[in-house]
Amino acid sequence: MLNLYTRRRILNAVGLSVSVLAMLFGLFWLCWILITLLDHGLPALTLIVFEQMTPPPGSAGGLLNAIAGSAMMTLVGTLIGTPIGILAGTYLAEFGQRGWMAPVTRFINDVLLSAPSIVIGLFVYEVYVVRVKHFSGWAGALALSILVIPIVIRTTENMLRLVPSTLREAAAALGAPQWKVINFVTLRAARAGIITGVLLAVARISGETAPLLFTSLNNQFWSSNMDQPMANLPVVIFQFAMSPYADWQNLAWAGALLITVSVLTLNIMARVLFRQSATTH
Amino acid sequence: MDIETVANPKIIIKDLNFYYGNFRALKDINLSIAEKMVTAFIGPSGCGKSTLLRTFNRMYQLYPQQKATGEIMLDGENILDPKQDLNMLRAKIGMVFQKPTPFPMSIYDNIAFGVKLYENLSKHDMEARVEWALRKAALWGEVKDKLKQSGTGLSGGQQQRLCIARAIAVKPQILLLDEPTSALDPISTAHIEKLIDELKEDFTIVIVTHNMQQAARISDYTAYMYLGDLIELGETSSVFTNPKRKETEDYITGRFG
Repeated sequence: MLNLYTRRRILNAVGLSVSVLAMLFGLFWLCWILITLLDHGLPALTLIVFEQMTPPPGSAGGLLNAIAGSAMMTLVGTLIGTPIGILAGTYLAEFGQRGWMAPVTRFINDVLLSAPSIVIGLFVYEVYVVRVKHFSGWAGALALSILVIPIVIRTTENMLRLVPSTLREAAAALGAPQWKVINFVTLRAARAGIITGVLLAVARISGETAPLLFTSLNNQFWSSNMDQPMANLPVVIFQFAMSPYADWQNLAWAGALLITVSVLTLNIMARVLFRQSATTH
Repeated sequence: MDIETVANPKIIIKDLNFYYGNFRALKDINLSIAEKMVTAFIGPSGCGKSTLLRTFNRMYQLYPQQKATGEIMLDGENILDPKQDLNMLRAKIGMVFQKPTPFPMSIYDNIAFGVKLYENLSKHDMEARVEWALRKAALWGEVKDKLKQSGTGLSGGQQQRLCIARAIAVKPQILLLDEPTSALDPISTAHIEKLIDELKEDFTIVIVTHNMQQAARISDYTAYMYLGDLIELGETSSVFTNPKRKETEDYITGRFG
């Protein structure tokens, strides 16, 4: 019989090895994806990609219209979704103590959070695109904003709940009305966390394809008119990657790399921001 | 109960009961708080001393399950009357908590936040008020060159003095201190105790403390509470040297608690 200390050391070594193997297994696929992406994407990522529009098959071209379209729709989607999300999240965290409204809202929000994005796309198609009878950038932005809202609601509520209740009490004890307590104390204390949530929401929607397929569709030409069908990176990648033309496929790789890099950047920004706030509090 | 009558009372409490849901945390409390004196509430954990303190500014109203019945008279008005303007009430009654609670803003704004709720001061007057409050709280010397820095960057003891400065900047009449030194080191504690001694010239102070020596050092009156009952209230010197009740004696001599 081994002594207790040795047994614990063996058990520890076994546990540690299993965890490391699991981590390596997960990382392996991630690295493979990244390496493949860099391998195919980097050679295709020339200056032309940022200068020219999506080409017809067989001729040279870039992704400028898709990049601009994605940026515009992501921006508008975020601008619509963020205020609604922050206000609703604030309601849930600060006023949601009594009554049935808050639990119901929270439940519906959880459903929305895990709803497949294609459902959101179909929903906007049905209520907006069908009525105006054409695809448009507005419809795309609308679909993206519906994806933003539940993420921002959830992070806002969670971050506000992390604010210690003694801070609320301290502000209330000075005689501050509740709206001042929320605006100047609790929201301010949770600010970094809420911004992190918004960044993560932007990262999430910047790669979404399904909600845009039924809403903004695509546009082969330059268009900054949000009321017209609008090019965007995910749909262009979808269309080009499935095509038989080598130059289209290369552009799809370049687009995929662009999206991945921007999502990665947003995630890193969110992490850095959140860590900074954690050390100053 | 053995309740000494207090000369010159600022707050008079009559038949106060307090409930957390169905749990009765305070039972028919009757006592008076003397003006411009320090009154200490002592007793074992869960005896209701913090609960009692939190009825004075109706802090419990933030939580839907909590309610108080009875009377707390301040200057002839019942604090518990639902018609009382809660914000004006809290302007008269400042509070400092167990853990320092600096707001996530600059040291200057921490002080100015409360003042701005009631007074519309010019920049110059506000600066003077901030300096006055920080001097009163014996913090001015340490922070006068970094008023624009965040209040959360100060040490624990400094943060607590900042919270005291913030409370007195509003110029309340009463200062409620809920175990203000229990999270602090001995040196910071000594700072704050000295401060309390100076502040009682201007303010009526009620302090909840776990530390009996602290109550003996700084208070004029001491109230001993146990399981939601007020057991004894008297001048601190007599409560500690010659308690009238057996329960009080057991507690202060360390036989339990």
